[in-house]
Amino acid sequence: MFCLSCENLILGYEGRQICAPLSFSVNEGDYVCILGENGSGKTTLMKTLLGLQKPLGGTIEFAAEGIGYLPQQDATAKDFPASVREIVRSGCIPRTGLFYSRESKERAERAMAKLGLAEIAGRGYRTLSGGQQQRVLLARALCAADRVLLLDEPAAALDAQAADGLYDTLRTLHGQGVTILMISHDAHAALREATHILCIDAKEAFFGAREQYMSHLQTEQEERK
Amino acid sequence: MIDSIRYYFSFAFVRHAFIVGVLIALCAALLGVILVLKRYSMIGDGLSHAAFGAMAVSAVCGAGNSMLVTLPLTMLAALFILRTRKMQGDAAIAMLSVSALAIGYLLLHLFPVSANVSGDICTTLFGSASILMLSRSDVLLCVALCAVVIALFVCFYHRLFAVTFDPAFARAAGVHTEALETGLALAAAVVIVIAMRLVGALLVSALIVFPTLCATSLFRSFRAVIICAAAISVVCAAAGMFFSLIFGTPSGATVVCVDLLAFLVCFSVGRVRAQ
Repeated sequence: MFCLSCENLILGYEGRQICAPLSFSVNEGDYVCILGENGSGKTTLMKTLLGLQKPLGGTIEFAAEGIGYLPQQDATAKDFPASVREIVRSGCIPRTGLFYSRESKERAERAMAKLGLAEIAGRGYRTLSGGQQQRVLLARALCAADRVLLLDEPAAALDAQAADGLYDTLRTLHGQGVTILMISHDAHAALREATHILCIDAKEAFFGAREQYMSHLQTEQEERK
Repeated sequence: MIDSIRYYFSFAFVRHAFIVGVLIALCAALLGVILVLKRYSMIGDGLSHAAFGAMAVSAVCGAGNSMLVTLPLTMLAALFILRTRKMQGDAAIAMLSVSALAIGYLLLHLFPVSANVSGDICTTLFGSASILMLSRSDVLLCVALCAVVIALFVCFYHRLFAVTFDPAFARAAGVHTEALETGLALAAAVVIVIAMRLVGALLVSALIVFPTLCATSLFRSFRAVIICAAAISVVCAAAGMFFSLIFGTPSGATVVCVDLLAFLVCFSVGRVRAQ
């Protein structure tokens, strides 16, 4: 099942193109890793997919009703006084008027149960470990949209063990049919976890299944020799 | 004790002072939680100085201490700070603060509106007893503005939480973060202009910062922090005003000292509990 596709998408800001045109399509149940050097346009792609920024050219098509988004964690949120439940519920904001509906609250409880947060729902966010905090933000993303997740460097702020735990969680979600788009620095983990790779670069972009990407890398290396 | 309370409350101006003071404290605490957690405390501080400048302009124009002049000017300053913040950060706020103070002082010296310029300035900066000299229209205006701020806060509570906790996510989820931030800055301007009556321009930040710091050292959920901050702020304001009446101390400074005391207690309790 088709989930989202980009046709000749040109990314940039203030009229300046920053990377090669992107054409790719994601099917439901794919696990796509988006790789690229710093400044290659990963963040711009993410903002464009979220609709926070207009592309310079090309088209984006969505089949899903929205994207659950996990932003990069910054330092300000770490000591924020908020309970796990309050944060997860805030994922339901798009469907919320003045107050959360009963349906939204149930949705939040389901998302917490799914990620093993039910027992710590009342605890303060700042008392949690980095890995737990990331799970809370994942649950919030699932509240916003439970079919497609867009994750921006989810393992960047975690130690090795917590990162492994996070990849386990993502694998479980993927196993339940959630489509995952993940921006990553960690090519190693990307190749281990993903089904598809999107590699962004100034000159040329690559999109294909993991095996294709591996052989693409090999031919590149041979050419260099 | 109860007799003296009864005696003081038999005067209308005391009742007015308490009503307005408590409402101001409530608004400042609600807004303060958002401002402090959003790392916007300095905006509150900058705005209070801007409000002093605005008050001087108002006095020189012959409008006296009229909110009709100070309010729009301070709101303009709020918009200015919000715009320049992204480029210059703290420096823009510092610049606005000192400029407003200097221009305000200069104006009052060049065009003195009363025989006692220093006394006027001291009142504006530290509030002294201006909360006890509210006219009926002042009271009505303060109550109306506070009611609007509280109503807006309740209506946008969940959105304010989302924007404060994680603006990137909120924006992606379709919350109009910029409109909300502008609204927040304008509301801060309103609260600060009113709160100057209670504690004066220089001490306004205390009403914004202390209740939040008290509450965050005691509670871990956002809702509990909001409720606790509001309660502490109201109790401290009422207690401070009461002490200032009984002992004849300046009301603004007394309220702020009670706030400081509450903070020290809350902070210690939080520390002890954490261990």
